[in-house]
Amino acid sequence: MSVTPAIDTKAATRGGKRKKSFVELLFEGRAFFALIAIVVVFSLMSPNYFTVSNFLIMASHVAIFGLLAIGMLLVILNGGIDLSVGSTLGLAGVVAGFLMQGVALPQIGFILYPSVWVVVVLTCLLGAVVGAVNGVLIAYLRVPAFVATLGVLYVARGIALLMTNGLTYNNLGGRPELGNTGFDWLGFNRLAGIPIGVLVLFVFAIACHILLTRTAFGRWLYASGGNERAAELSGVPVKRVKISVYVLSGICAAVAGLVLSSQLTSAGPTAGTTYELTAIAAVVIGGAALTGGRGTVIGTMLGAFVIGFLSDGLVIIGVSAYWQTVFTGAVIVTAVLLNSIKYGRR
Amino acid sequence: MSAVAETGHKGEVVLAARNVAKSYGSVHALKGVNFDIHRGQVTTLFGENGAGKSTLMKILSGVVTPTSGEIILDGEPVSFASSSQARDRGISIIHQELSLAPNMNVRDNIFMGREIMMATGVDFAEEERQTRLLMAELEEDIDPLTPVEDLRLGQQQIVEIARALSVNSRILIMDEPTSALSASEVEVLFKVIRDLTNRGVSIVYISHHLEEALQITNHAVVLRDGAMTAYAERKDIDLEWIVRHMVGDNFDLGSPPTGYDKGEVSLSIEGLTVPDPGGAGYAVVDDLSLAVRAGEIVCIYGLMGAGRTELLETVAGRLKATAGRVLLKGRDVTGQTIAQCIRDGLVLVPEDRQRDGLVQTMTVGRNLSLANIGAFTRGLFTSAARELDLVGDAIRKVHIKTDGGGAAIGSLSGGNQQKVVIGKMLATDPEVILLDEPSRGIDIGAKAEVFKLLAERARQGLAVVYTTSEVGECLSIAHRIIVMRRGRISAEFGPDATKEQIMAASGEAVHAH
Repeated sequence: MSVTPAIDTKAATRGGKRKKSFVELLFEGRAFFALIAIVVVFSLMSPNYFTVSNFLIMASHVAIFGLLAIGMLLVILNGGIDLSVGSTLGLAGVVAGFLMQGVALPQIGFILYPSVWVVVVLTCLLGAVVGAVNGVLIAYLRVPAFVATLGVLYVARGIALLMTNGLTYNNLGGRPELGNTGFDWLGFNRLAGIPIGVLVLFVFAIACHILLTRTAFGRWLYASGGNERAAELSGVPVKRVKISVYVLSGICAAVAGLVLSSQLTSAGPTAGTTYELTAIAAVVIGGAALTGGRGTVIGTMLGAFVIGFLSDGLVIIGVSAYWQTVFTGAVIVTAVLLNSIKYGRR
Repeated sequence: MSAVAETGHKGEVVLAARNVAKSYGSVHALKGVNFDIHRGQVTTLFGENGAGKSTLMKILSGVVTPTSGEIILDGEPVSFASSSQARDRGISIIHQELSLAPNMNVRDNIFMGREIMMATGVDFAEEERQTRLLMAELEEDIDPLTPVEDLRLGQQQIVEIARALSVNSRILIMDEPTSALSASEVEVLFKVIRDLTNRGVSIVYISHHLEEALQITNHAVVLRDGAMTAYAERKDIDLEWIVRHMVGDNFDLGSPPTGYDKGEVSLSIEGLTVPDPGGAGYAVVDDLSLAVRAGEIVCIYGLMGAGRTELLETVAGRLKATAGRVLLKGRDVTGQTIAQCIRDGLVLVPEDRQRDGLVQTMTVGRNLSLANIGAFTRGLFTSAARELDLVGDAIRKVHIKTDGGGAAIGSLSGGNQQKVVIGKMLATDPEVILLDEPSRGIDIGAKAEVFKLLAERARQGLAVVYTTSEVGECLSIAHRIIVMRRGRISAEFGPDATKEQIMAASGEAVHAH
């Protein structure tokens, strides 16, 4: 797969051999070139930017909303939107923190300390349940995606606040004698010098890419996002596809919550607030159409890195946080503008 | 405000095209067309898709300017920079897709964009008065305050016409005005057209519905490949003549395939009853039974609202029946999902290919393979090579004219898009194929190709059921013609039936409602 992030996967069949002009190439790979431009500009402005250690730090920041963006991409390909991912992320962190503190079972006078793997699995399951709630509301009860996930955004955030009474779990390290250590592994450890969080992101990205390009489910998703009625009449189980994307999005958010609370070694109920917007921005910058049916994992990843590398770069060269917000907004609007030029031509 | 400027004599030339040509780059959409539009008469443009009808229309209505040649209005050459300039000179166009705001009422739609103002805002009372006048002129009993969405399609068409008349149109261009109308609504429209022409309004009419257009037109202009191939008065021509000039040779939609034995009963519908999906309480399909054998082609004819679409959609698993059974090769498939039906070999080609047939965001190839993903999936993963074979095969078998499977679906003509939808379903290797109005909105050449294709597949043992609202299409490849009326079968004919018999059985001759 070449770098054509902003476009539907037309390389698979014949007819894609036509030579493209330079302008077209620039346009197709706009997210990629934007990323290159960001790296070049900040490298010139700060000697600290173009270093391996900085890239790894930035990448572990990207990992959080990159994971959210992958789930968001699936939902957006289906023509929906998932506003609940930031809250799900926060709730997942809190539940993981809660489980790490040990679950008291007063009836038998015993405190259960689940091992880290159990915590991870349970948290992912929680994400899946939140996603399933979204999915059922949207697919079967016909609540508009925007409203359903907005509601779940509030509910999940509220539950996280209730569980902690607004406080933060700080002790996530576990104790060796209880056999539940290793939670910080996700956030701090490295494999071959690369932070685990970043590796998790890439594993998810590759899995999702394969899911979209090489499986029947991927084809179902593109078809039902492009024209749900036509897909249904062609035998695509559109409702199952719809629920699946919200479940997957919920799982992605839960994993992002685990990585974030592990990086911070604490789990706060307000973690991930407004992250859903960053995730949507990454998907849009990556060239996906909010109307559904168009978008790729590679594009979304580039979009996530554009946002992450831009905002971290601005921090490094000492631009105020307020300007960062302005720049991010400008990038999003530009991206949408380019998308509408592209899709409007058809 | 009265609709028409009463000057000149009926029959005189009001608008003429002289050597009008239009090129888009190297594509010659129109190559020197000459014809006249007469006062108070109907001139129909005939031609297949892509023959240049819409380009010509856009030139006449000022949407595009011709590359060469001139437009002569009332004897003097004119050139319009925009459609509003053309409208100021009395030329209006009513597009195929109605351009009304459904949430607004009739009055506001008619005066949209040119509201009558007074000191305190819009003068609704005056607008309403003028709207009533227009409706009286058109002899339509439509209240100006009715929301457009509450009107039937035919009435909405009337509102469009009223809007065109309200700007003093002398020349009205109508693009496929009957494509969404029922037979009785077409009658109303034709009456309006006759009234208009009596008052001196000239009509330029475009339709795929040849028989219908022949009823109303005074002059015929036939286009083919951007050039005018014929021009004649109504009294000198017939259907044969038009078709001959449209397609270049004698045309024939085929005849029922013969010379083979039909097999066992493939599809059997027993006492099927379907309630109105809108919840109106009556049955749109009422205790209907029908058996179709392998290799047999059955045509279902009926007016809009006769229940044809609902019947096919229920059989294919989209709607739920309240009573009755559907048997596929003797096995009960009632209540199965669409996916199960496709797997079992019972497929539906829907009526509206843009809305229900095609995924516009996907390529031709991916549309073709959509119903058959299982055929190129091994274990978890799809195989690009197998898919390529399957797509190439489908493109060859249904003769789709395309650059290849990677082409955008929007790059195909209407007829080829329809072939994609049919090819997609045929690729699943079905036992029974149901086609809802397979010829809708495609030109006559593509129609003939589609019918030929179906006849070939029937010969190989496929059971074919198709619906149509054009009588001529019943008398083509069908072995049996079923006429539906109000959810029931009202008559059954062999291929030797006459058009009159079929139309009478459908209730078309009686304009009761």
